[in-house]
Amino acid sequence: MLTDAEWEALTLSFRIASVGVACALPFAVAIAYVLARVRLPGKTLLDGVVHLPLVLPPVVIGYLLLITFGTRAPVGGWLLETFGIRLVFDWKGAALAVAVVTFPFTVRAVRLSLEAADPELEAAARTLGAGRLDVFWTITLPQALPGVIAGAITAFAAGLGEFGAIITFVSNVPGETRTLPLAIFTAIQTPGGEAQALRLAMLSIALALAGLALAELAARRIRRRRGG
Amino acid sequence: MVLDVAIEKRLGGFRLDVAFAGERRGVTALFGASGSGKTATVRMIAGMSRPDRGHIRVDGRTFVDRAAGIDLPPERRRVGYVFQDAKLFPHLSVKRNLDYGLRRAPAGERRIAFDEVVGLLGIEGLLERRPHALSGGERQRVALGRALLAQPRIVLLDEPLAALDAARKAEILPFVERLRDEFGLAMLYVSHSLDEVVRLADDLVVLDGGRVRAAGPLVATMSRPELRDIVGVFDFGAVLEAAVVVHDDRYALTVLETPGGHLRVPRMDAPPGRRVRVRIRAVDAALALDPPVRASVVNVLMGRLTAVTPELGPGATARVDLGGAELVVAITRLSAERLGLAPGVPVYVMIKAVALDREEPARPRRRAPDRA
Repeated sequence: MLTDAEWEALTLSFRIASVGVACALPFAVAIAYVLARVRLPGKTLLDGVVHLPLVLPPVVIGYLLLITFGTRAPVGGWLLETFGIRLVFDWKGAALAVAVVTFPFTVRAVRLSLEAADPELEAAARTLGAGRLDVFWTITLPQALPGVIAGAITAFAAGLGEFGAIITFVSNVPGETRTLPLAIFTAIQTPGGEAQALRLAMLSIALALAGLALAELAARRIRRRRGG
Repeated sequence: MVLDVAIEKRLGGFRLDVAFAGERRGVTALFGASGSGKTATVRMIAGMSRPDRGHIRVDGRTFVDRAAGIDLPPERRRVGYVFQDAKLFPHLSVKRNLDYGLRRAPAGERRIAFDEVVGLLGIEGLLERRPHALSGGERQRVALGRALLAQPRIVLLDEPLAALDAARKAEILPFVERLRDEFGLAMLYVSHSLDEVVRLADDLVVLDGGRVRAAGPLVATMSRPELRDIVGVFDFGAVLEAAVVVHDDRYALTVLETPGGHLRVPRMDAPPGRRVRVRIRAVDAALALDPPVRASVVNVLMGRLTAVTPELGPGATARVDLGGAELVVAITRLSAERLGLAPGVPVYVMIKAVALDREEPARPRRRAPDRA
């Protein structure tokens, strides 16, 4: 049904989106915890910075990544020299772009479920002999789990569709950074590629819907188990 | 000294300045209206908030001492905290809720055993359930067990029955009594219910407006003059320690032996010989200089006036010594003058049996082996 190149784009999209979201998740949970629970001066600023990817044009994000992680840019150059890691023209760079772009989704979802959780449960756990970190792992995180899962699935679905940041930062390399949306873009640009573009577009829609349905299902299941 | 609290804290416009000491084990009730500072005080003992000044010591261990710069985090204080609404962990089964504190208690200090607590609380059948599948009363029983199994040095109960209806309260109270009797722990019981306090407490600390207004052994403290202002004229009264003599099923009465003689009360659910407490409100008693004849009041106790204190308005408080126990009787200043009521005068105290029906029979603590 799909050509080899199309399969490649599909599996690549999955790999990039899942790695990007998985790597961003711990940071997203940490930031969400700070925003929900810690009293901190400049919290509004942090909140703003976290939400920036939501309102910035993806091209700008890609550009910012390029001037930070490009091979001759400060961080990118250091990564290449020290670890031999090159992000531009590489799927790992695309994963980084996905991580940045989807970050606000995850932070928001986790933060909402942390704010809905009862801080008195944490106080109860402390009186029962659990230290701060212990409480975080055994009480706080399990309580936020519906948010973490829903946030991760939404971010994953959004990551599958990321276009602007990826093409700007890591370009459109077949088999390396050409994800589903980039393949659609390429098909449209190619004379006679309309049919292929349509097929891939339908596939994208199906994936996005499946992702959203999965997120809802997971959240419902957890809520039912807790009777909430 | 088991409990030594002397703390000050400013909470918005409210100033808390509380000092009391618990000399012995058993239940100390922290009594007061809502907003009197009870919960703020126990939260500081648990380490959930920190006093501005002062210290808290439990069993010789300093939990907090601002002058010395000591402030133990809650997890190192080892207090068993029972919240008003259970606060069970929703993502864990009942068994794992109970285990939470137990697993974190030092191995060498586990003297309260899982099976014993579960059996005492009657929650064997609930272990695999999740908290949301429990009734309010069951939840609170599990919460009691969870706090106890953390092997606490002191148990803090913050209005543990306030969220329950009367039937659930009656269901839980015997369990609190059992825990009190079986484990010989120090308990601080926060409540605004006089009935609960009378039923459970050995000692009483009365808070009002962020300050301790009265403190001491329960029976002696309940009838202190300060209590009249705090609980109100209609709830002010004395507590008598008594023993069940016999039940009179024909009239649904129970005869109690008190220091002042026999007292008939509405039928109690307690076997003969059982020690009980009865609270006798000052407004439910009246005085006579001669033995009343052909009166409907079934209880007439003999005693001697020790004090007659005029109050604001029409009232006066008479104190009667029954030979070791004291009753307070609300009378008018008019009667005090007409009858020439003064200290030393022998009087008959009339108590309406039906007026005593408003509360559950109270059962004071029986001596338990001191395990702690």
